[in-house]
Amino acid sequence: MTTVIPQGSRPRRLTAGRIGIYAFLITAALFFTLPLWIMIVTSLKPMDEIRLGNILAWPANLTFDAWVKAWSSACTGLECNGISVGFWNSVRILIPSVILSIAAGAINGYALSLWRVRGANLLFGILLLGAFIPYQVFLYPLVRIFSTTGIYNSLLCIIIVHVIFGLPTMTLLFRNYYTGLPIELFKAARIDGGGFWTIFFRVMLPMSTPMIVVAAILQVTGIWNDFIFGLTFAGRENLPMTVQLNNIVHSTQGERAYNVDMAATMLAALVPLVVYFVSGRWFVRGIAAGAVKG
Amino acid sequence: MAIVSIPNAVATSERPAKSRRINRTRLPAALALLPTALIVLVVYIGCMLWTVRLSFTSSTLLPKLDWVGFAQYSRLFMNDRFLVSAENILIFGVLFISGCLILGFLLAVFIDQNVRAEGVFRTIFLYPYSMSFVVTGVAWQWFLNPGLGLEKLVRDMGFESFTFDWLVNQQMAIYTIVIAGLWHGAGLTMAILLAGLRGVDAELWKASRIDGIPVWRVYLSIVLPLLRPMVVTATVLLAVGVVKLYDLVVAMTLGGPGIATEVPAKFVMDHLFERNNIALGTAAATVMLITVVAILAPWVYAKYIRPQGRPA
Amino acid sequence: MSAVSVRDISVAFETVRVFNGLSLDFEAGEFIVLLGPSGCGKSTLLNAIAGLMDISEGQIWIGGQNVTWEEPKDRGIAMVFQSYALYPRMSVRENMSFGLKMAKTPKPEIEKRVKQAAELLQITHLLDRRPDQLSGGQRQRVAIGRALVRDAAVFLFDEPLSNLDAQLRNELRVEIKRLHARLGKTTMIYVTHDQIEAMTLADRIVVMKDQLIQQVGSPSEIYHRPANMFVAGFVGSPQMNFIKGRIEDTGSGPIFVSGQRRLPLHGYTFTSTPTSNQDVVLGVRPEHLRIVELGAWPEFSVDVVEPMGADTVIWCRDREGSLQVRTSGDIRLSPGEQLNLGIDAAQVSLFAADSGERL
Repeated sequence: MTTVIPQGSRPRRLTAGRIGIYAFLITAALFFTLPLWIMIVTSLKPMDEIRLGNILAWPANLTFDAWVKAWSSACTGLECNGISVGFWNSVRILIPSVILSIAAGAINGYALSLWRVRGANLLFGILLLGAFIPYQVFLYPLVRIFSTTGIYNSLLCIIIVHVIFGLPTMTLLFRNYYTGLPIELFKAARIDGGGFWTIFFRVMLPMSTPMIVVAAILQVTGIWNDFIFGLTFAGRENLPMTVQLNNIVHSTQGERAYNVDMAATMLAALVPLVVYFVSGRWFVRGIAAGAVKG
Repeated sequence: MAIVSIPNAVATSERPAKSRRINRTRLPAALALLPTALIVLVVYIGCMLWTVRLSFTSSTLLPKLDWVGFAQYSRLFMNDRFLVSAENILIFGVLFISGCLILGFLLAVFIDQNVRAEGVFRTIFLYPYSMSFVVTGVAWQWFLNPGLGLEKLVRDMGFESFTFDWLVNQQMAIYTIVIAGLWHGAGLTMAILLAGLRGVDAELWKASRIDGIPVWRVYLSIVLPLLRPMVVTATVLLAVGVVKLYDLVVAMTLGGPGIATEVPAKFVMDHLFERNNIALGTAAATVMLITVVAILAPWVYAKYIRPQGRPA
Repeated sequence: MSAVSVRDISVAFETVRVFNGLSLDFEAGEFIVLLGPSGCGKSTLLNAIAGLMDISEGQIWIGGQNVTWEEPKDRGIAMVFQSYALYPRMSVRENMSFGLKMAKTPKPEIEKRVKQAAELLQITHLLDRRPDQLSGGQRQRVAIGRALVRDAAVFLFDEPLSNLDAQLRNELRVEIKRLHARLGKTTMIYVTHDQIEAMTLADRIVVMKDQLIQQVGSPSEIYHRPANMFVAGFVGSPQMNFIKGRIEDTGSGPIFVSGQRRLPLHGYTFTSTPTSNQDVVLGVRPEHLRIVELGAWPEFSVDVVEPMGADTVIWCRDREGSLQVRTSGDIRLSPGEQLNLGIDAAQVSLFAADSGERL
């Protein structure tokens, strides 16, 4: 019997602990991926196979019929034009809302962080607290205000609502970012004679790309995923995809077509999922930035 | 009276000259903030007060401005639906927050063990958070539906007597919402805590290795206390999510079976927009508001007010 | 038997392998300083000795044991870190006793050791405070205390004073030296980039650069007989003067020639025989240049005068270039004045111009 002389790198044994770590992580990964997997395979099966087969199994008769139906002819209430209507509504809501709320956040953040306006801290404080208040508290009076001004149930209405309720996070994001920049930059620009807007457009905005990306990620996923505002303010013509998806799933007409439901669900999840997978670490950064609320 | 007014007069005569000079350079900044100030005033403050005011009226389909005192509140607390909602949100809140924190912490710690494919795991744990509650609800509704989902799957594997009917079981339905919520939110907690773990001084780990402290002990006794700010942040975020819980329930159970999974946010929405009972709806909204303030107050106190008094 | 012995080790990083078979012996009771600029590998070496970083080849012996595969806690070492690495939510007492508690040391023994260490470091009054209530100097004392209670034969210090301000750094430096003397047989391995710490603390200095050992020797050897131009330039402030030139043999022995400047080299101890007409660099420390009435090197004019209190550094130049001279603090000179420099061949260093090695 020979004893091994300890030399060089420590022998790496696959200890029970290491196995435990991977076992836990893989189990957790299964828990997190299972629903997505089931959604995908279900959306690719015909109804017969769904009724008889294994929910986890890859489709035996792979078909994209459900996707086509979900997109163009599924019934959302009385109309049967598929979820594509909702998709385009969501796009029309999303683009102006994201642009306007980021612009508002950037201007607010800039004014709050670098210009000492009287009462600004109070304003910011209330805005931040507002982020925590349940929306239900504001909804009914807002509906009344919009009805009185005649824009209730319109695209404009839902966009305004998204901008209003995006203000706290967007303002916070940009305020923190501009506060973190070296103040000398701002002072130098002041000495060079820049005014409020000149400094904003020439100095601050060009430096804001990282925050704009983070803000865009937050707002695109947030607004795309919104349900309650779309339901309340958008009006029947402009219902976003989430609301239409809910209508399809809870539509009471006929037998439930699970494959169509799942295809519609996947379609509704597609935009945020693409944003998530493309943005990667930026998404986490966005969450972290949004998470320092207060 | 005259004596009192003299210092006032001095003050007002001096101030305009000073503030006019300041305002000239800051005027554009003030103007830029004006829309936000208006929104804060009208929406955040105005609408909130309006809602509170409505809760003291007898409004039904249309708002009235009479005064019925706390009548709506006594009705509210006699209302089965609301009581069930309150109980549900309590169950959901406690289980969801503690579940997310525990699962999130475990996931973060295990990912932090220098594992292979760390990025893949991180991506998998967090992706549900990018999706809407409606999508989450629909996905879990399908997976947990007893006829064709998990129950059938296990039965087909040979366990004929297996039952998992929580989704349609009055007693258990709320827990399916907790599961879906966990699936959606645990990744967020993980991301926040993992960022905290990565911020721990590497020399602390070296010191504890020299001292021969077991890894689990380091996490519990040294790292976890260091993560307290992140835990608090995560808890507040999760708690706010709890109060706002609405879409998930609508998509998953529509409040059913019966009223088994009703939640306050849904109670408010239903009474405001479907049941034409504005006063009762706004009363419930006011109760929600008070609850949030009650949750936030200790946090705001701990974070902003106490530190000024003495070092934490 | 060495207290610590590093034998032919290599450390593999993801893309590079460093050290490539580095060996080094540390005697028991010795105070050794690993000195070098950042990135020279001194901390990597220390971490390898501590077991905090795995080596890919070679062995590490501590106290006669092969500890290559041992956990850090089982190597009989204690370590002090730059960032103190105190456990934040524990009191000073808990910080110092945590490791012993984990090792299941009996309570009275723990208390005894903590008490002794605290007295030695004069931190008894701080025992119930938390790290965030301590100043930087106090924190580092506690960190040293935490190392002390481990009763280890080998102490490892990883830039322990670099986070402190100058005054405290001096104070604690003396304290560490005193501690080493008090402990007697304890081996101390100390990593720093600060040459003053190295010179004042070390029995032996190991100068490193680019993961290679440049020279091992006593502070005096390092200072007076640097093994190469890197060591010569890295140690000493103001820096050693380097003068490019060549060696000529005039028959009466080798002479260093650099334009007008000439220096006969009898009195210089060569480590290797120079060839005639070899290109060399002459190194001379500023304090070894003397201002004289009639000197070997005339016609220098004063460029800048830097009074430093105890002494004065004079920058002067001739046609060949600029030299720094260190002289007494009371000298009165102003820019433009002429002076002659005297130089002693026994005090200079000669390096081969191509390799930079000492001749």
